[in-house]
Amino acid sequence: MNAKVVMKRPDSLSKIDFTYCPGCHHGIVHRLIAEVIDELGIREKTVIVAPVGCSVFAYTFFEIDGTVASHGRAPAVATGMKRARPDRIIFTYQGDGDLAAIGTTEIVHAANRGENITVIFINNAVYGMTGGQMAPTTLIGQRTTTTIHGRDPKAAGYPIRICEMLSQLEGPTYIERVAVDTPQHVMKAKKAIKKAFENQINGLGFSLIEVLSTCPTNWGLPPVEAIKWLQENMMKFYPLGVYKDKTREEAKEGIV
Amino acid sequence: MTNKLIAAGFGGQGMMLLGQLIAYAGMLEGKHVTWLPSYGPEMRGGTANCTVIVSDKPIGSPVVATPTEVIAMNIPSMLKFSPALVENGKLFLNSSMIDREPPRTDLEIIKVPANEIADELGNLMVANIIMLGAYIKKTGILSQDSIKSALEHKLMRKKKELLELDIKAFERGTALL
Amino acid sequence: MAEKVLVKGNEALGEAAIRAGCRYYFGYPITPQSELTEYMSRRLPEVGGVFLQAESEVSVVNMLYGASCMGVRVMTSTSSPGFSLMQEGISYMAGAELPAVFINVVRGGPGLGDIQPAQGDYLQATKGGGHGDYRLIVLGPSTIQEAIELVMLAFDLADEYRTPVEVLADGMIGQMMEPVEFPEMRSLDTLPEKPWALTGAKGRKPNKITSFDLDPYKLEEMNLRYEATRKRIIANEQRWEEENIEGADILVAAYGTVGRIMKTVMEMARERGIKVGLFRPITLWPFPYKRLEELSKGVDTVFTVEMSGGQMLEDVKLAVKDNAKTPFYGRMGGVVPTPEEILDQIESLVKGSENR
Ligand SMILES: Cc1ncc(C[n+]2csc(CCOP(=O)(O)OP(=O)(O)O)c2C)c(N)n1
Ligand code: SF4
Ligand SMILES: [Mg+2]
Repeated sequence: MNAKVVMKRPDSLSKIDFTYCPGCHHGIVHRLIAEVIDELGIREKTVIVAPVGCSVFAYTFFEIDGTVASHGRAPAVATGMKRARPDRIIFTYQGDGDLAAIGTTEIVHAANRGENITVIFINNAVYGMTGGQMAPTTLIGQRTTTTIHGRDPKAAGYPIRICEMLSQLEGPTYIERVAVDTPQHVMKAKKAIKKAFENQINGLGFSLIEVLSTCPTNWGLPPVEAIKWLQENMMKFYPLGVYKDKTREEAKEGIV
Repeated sequence: MTNKLIAAGFGGQGMMLLGQLIAYAGMLEGKHVTWLPSYGPEMRGGTANCTVIVSDKPIGSPVVATPTEVIAMNIPSMLKFSPALVENGKLFLNSSMIDREPPRTDLEIIKVPANEIADELGNLMVANIIMLGAYIKKTGILSQDSIKSALEHKLMRKKKELLELDIKAFERGTALL
Repeated sequence: MAEKVLVKGNEALGEAAIRAGCRYYFGYPITPQSELTEYMSRRLPEVGGVFLQAESEVSVVNMLYGASCMGVRVMTSTSSPGFSLMQEGISYMAGAELPAVFINVVRGGPGLGDIQPAQGDYLQATKGGGHGDYRLIVLGPSTIQEAIELVMLAFDLADEYRTPVEVLADGMIGQMMEPVEFPEMRSLDTLPEKPWALTGAKGRKPNKITSFDLDPYKLEEMNLRYEATRKRIIANEQRWEEENIEGADILVAAYGTVGRIMKTVMEMARERGIKVGLFRPITLWPFPYKRLEELSKGVDTVFTVEMSGGQMLEDVKLAVKDNAKTPFYGRMGGVVPTPEEILDQIESLVKGSENR
């Protein structure tokens, strides 16, 4: 990261130090979210629902109200919150094990209802917190502590592409996959996150931003090589881009 | 006085409604009442029954092992519930559908050709109300006016003609005895 | 005095919640309580509330977690298998000290079981149910009128002690009808303030709600706080009914539907010259141990009757100690005992002790 960005701490980040490993992308994404909350002026009405995973402490890292959901259930918790107080801004922050394995039901149905919430989805192709086991997003052939010879689809199925899958539903408003591996991608990721919050503020419905992220620790790679691995492997299977954008479709229809 | 009725028939013969009308009318007269349905998949096409208690005193168990009256709209219901009746209990039979009597000799049997009369009135759906008329007349546990109020209440949101038909059916039932 | 209305138990439970100031309901259909879910879907929009049919009971309990975080009164209703599925979330809510009301219209089990009335979920309800050291306040209504009162009470207790509360009903209470009177609609302005809620960190430090701390000493502190709350509940909230205790030949302990059936048994027994006393716990947790212990000193036998294989019996034995004999009679699988069969049991117990 370049030094200019790191200097000013966003108001929406608390004074508590991150607990993430060196080179882990969780921290970068936290910062982007905090900047977006600051820029949108919504700190005093935003509530985070943290997951179970390495980002379980996320609810303490932001200077906003927050809680931790049980593993995978953050979209249901956020639904309860949003239905109870529709004028608050609610976002979940979830890993790939949390969102795409144990919490598949909750994310599919929250998306399908078009819940007016924002979901930040960290795909690092592995269960970080529990020590690098296979995640639903683990690539074919990728070694993890529960697939030591590499993921074999015959035994362990195929990696799930969440953006592609959820964009098949009528319910969601905005779905985009981003990465934070380069400064340009970081800018793009921030723009996407911002739009995902703006959608909620404007009552437009469900937005999900998937962020391809590194887990140097469990991938067994130094941070720089981890980024390279992400670019050469993950990005091929998980192409970046906008998978669904009802706001744009509607705008187009309006022009026609 | 405590009357304990089990009303049973095929699902769709209106036994649940018959029971609710008695319970409602009982409440209007300031009595203690409970209505307990059989519930579950058996209601779909199978037999359905409900237990209604009308009493001057607070009601403990809404479950009844020995009813004082049984209304049976079909043969399976008669076979199932008539053995449980108290000694000299009253058994109301829908004689349009039941061509026999149970082996017990102590029972007071009241035969009501409910389907035939309903047919005469042009709507088979009111067979239960005809039976209700016979039941109320025979037992005298509640006034006929209370039942009519209950009918009005239950059919509040339905058509006026239906209420008139139901009142007519009820009166035909009371006139039988 | 309010007017009497004839209502089905399930609908009465729902209306009572609304009158208690609950405007948020999340649920998933299951017999024998589906009329309650359906009632809320019709009724809540009329009072400006929110109804949502969730994708599973797992989601339901987490929606309750979320809504409760926001400081509103929220509830769900389910039946046995659904309540089992909610246990993880209930444990989280207990740990996060989140108030909510759960109505369990119990049916026969284990497993898919059947849909008839049962009391086989007593231990799950009163001993925790999910993981970790916690208890729910558990209320056991025996009539529809009492169910209405206990639902209202459940919301107040949940808010006062910041805990989930379970109303342990059964298929009979859910399905039957009897005349009841509803209390006045509670004005939402009179509901307790919840400064801890996640309403947004405006002009204050951020609020955090969690059941989580990796530091065992801190987690122990949290547990000590929960325990202190439990002690307050035990000291203040025990409720029960006792009837015909003076000079009883035998004392029967029964709750909920069986407690009500016992009223008929007592009357029938009197006609046969047997004096039966009744001890009916209303709070199943906190169980009124102390009162039952006192009463057990004056009788020879405390006879427990349940629609289970003997679950409340364990609490009865804890209370009675060696003061009296503690025989048991139960029906399982959704069979409701008739007054006659219970009376037969009592008769042989009383005769048995006379012969000795
Ligand atoms: C019900 C339940 N099952 C399992 C766990 C253990 N667990 C904690 S975190 C985790 C995986 C998290 O992986 P992911 O969501 O990918 O997050 P990451 O750590 O990679 O950011 C698991 C399985 C748990 N806490 N709860
Ligand atoms: S284990 Fe992986 S995901 Fe977790 S903090 Fe370390 S690098 Fe990040
Ligand atoms: Mg992960």
